[in-house]
Amino acid sequence: MQAGIIPRTLFVLLGLAASWTAFAEAQEEGTWKNALQAKFFGDKPIEEGNAVVELTAPYRAEDPALVPIQIAGKIPQTPEKYIKHITLIIDNNPVPFAASFDLTPASGKADLAMRVRINAYTHVRAIAETNDGKLYMNKVFVKASGGCSAPIGADLDAAMARLGKMKFRLDTDKAALGQPNPVQLLISHPNITGLQMDQISRLVKPAHYVEEVKLSFNGAPVMTAKTDIAVSADPNFRFYFVPDKAGELKAEIRDNTGKTFTASQTITE
Amino acid sequence: MLAALFRIARTALLGFWAGAALALPELDLREIAPGIFVHQGLYELPDTHNRGEIANIGFVAGERCVAVIDSGGSPEQGRALKAAIAARTAVPVCYVINTHVHPDHIYGNRAFKAPGVSFIGHHKLPQAMAMRAPYYIEKATRDLGYTLTAEDFVPPEVTVQDRMELDLGGRTLALTAHGPAHTDNDLSIYDAKTGTLWAADLLFIGHLPVVDGSLVGWLKEIQNLKAVPAKRAIPGHGPVISDWPSAIAAEERYLEQLAADVRTAIKQHKTMEQAMDSAGTSMRNDWLLFDEFNKRNVSSAFAALEWEDD
Repeated sequence: MQAGIIPRTLFVLLGLAASWTAFAEAQEEGTWKNALQAKFFGDKPIEEGNAVVELTAPYRAEDPALVPIQIAGKIPQTPEKYIKHITLIIDNNPVPFAASFDLTPASGKADLAMRVRINAYTHVRAIAETNDGKLYMNKVFVKASGGCSAPIGADLDAAMARLGKMKFRLDTDKAALGQPNPVQLLISHPNITGLQMDQISRLVKPAHYVEEVKLSFNGAPVMTAKTDIAVSADPNFRFYFVPDKAGELKAEIRDNTGKTFTASQTITE
Repeated sequence: MLAALFRIARTALLGFWAGAALALPELDLREIAPGIFVHQGLYELPDTHNRGEIANIGFVAGERCVAVIDSGGSPEQGRALKAAIAARTAVPVCYVINTHVHPDHIYGNRAFKAPGVSFIGHHKLPQAMAMRAPYYIEKATRDLGYTLTAEDFVPPEVTVQDRMELDLGGRTLALTAHGPAHTDNDLSIYDAKTGTLWAADLLFIGHLPVVDGSLVGWLKEIQNLKAVPAKRAIPGHGPVISDWPSAIAAEERYLEQLAADVRTAIKQHKTMEQAMDSAGTSMRNDWLLFDEFNKRNVSSAFAALEWEDD
């Protein structure tokens, strides 16, 4: 917008806009309170705050097809007390359930990061369940950006050509034994939502997305994720695992068409 | 609610200014070469105030008929363009060329729908339109302050696979379908008669280039575009330039530096979030709307370049 003299009425309008935004955000709780909470958690009490789980997401999504989010577990993963399950919900997405993660003490840290599609102005919430069955929730509000892309991958053909390829990324060649080690898993999959309605042509592709991601180390589960169409094309997960010795980190992926893919990474001491 | 207020204010203002007889604001068009008319858009983000009317749009007139090149950022701007064409030439519109799928270039399409008018686009444009339409319709209501329907999306019935020539009578337009670059459905148009390259959003002047296709692909297409023996070029955003191909150097420099910065971040095992805070920032002062688009350029480049070695 051009700089210049701003009429008083514009200030009034801006003020209105600010209060409208606050109002809209408060309203946004409706979907959660009236439908989603009961659907996913019944009438179980949920403690809200960031003492057990903390969600980080940009207030303004630069690219609605690729919104980086991080979930941090705030308690150490010990056999006595740990986060065993995290659910990620995006209230105003066509499919609010984005992903859920089963974690164990072998995860070391209940820290997760991924990229998601955000279709609208919405709350995003991470709900953690500890091994004693208690629920903790942290939420953030995200505005899908005004940019010019849509929540779909821009170069679908490139993604299809690599379908099922996977890569592990570790910070160092050698793992630190007995400690949480960060790992990144890159999966090449277009994760087509199938929700782009056919208003114009017959050229819309059916849904095709990764449904399950199983991570194990020497056969013992580290993290199992159930994922849905909100996960961005070429799913990218960051997580932790605690190796007790050298071995093999393995990823097993299944998509909604039943296709499975596996990849493994040798971990040296 | 705010959008509604703006609408009311706008309608009232327009009514006051134009009177009841003239419903459309006049579109400012400049003849930049014989028979080539361009309306230069604003360096702004699309919003309820500018209604998304921010891109360069216009037309090329031959002896037989007119080719519209990008129809406008709103249905109303499409109608204004149509009226402006009728005021400047007696020959009818026979083609509407959409250079790519973005709203600021296609939302005027509906105004031109008529017997004898062919809509033309990249062979991937119909798919891109279909996939984005529902999202774009929702966004228009929220961000642009007007309501769109599926009928506002007029897909091309003639698509360009590689190259195509359009005879307008006394001049022939050469259309080129590009590989993934600004989007995955970019079309450029060359008028040999005047040596004018209508590069649309393959060329950004002043406005930060926006990557919604492929960063690496765009750099490749820039090499192809540089070989076009044009005297002048029309960008999708910014003024018409007469120093082709040197005028595309700034865009190329930005995209190259962006790619280099993102590759370095990936090599250093940085996250996308970290890269978004640093990549490209050395060029912040060279561009308008840098803060509005650089981060999204980084994120899409990062997601693509992660798979580069494979």
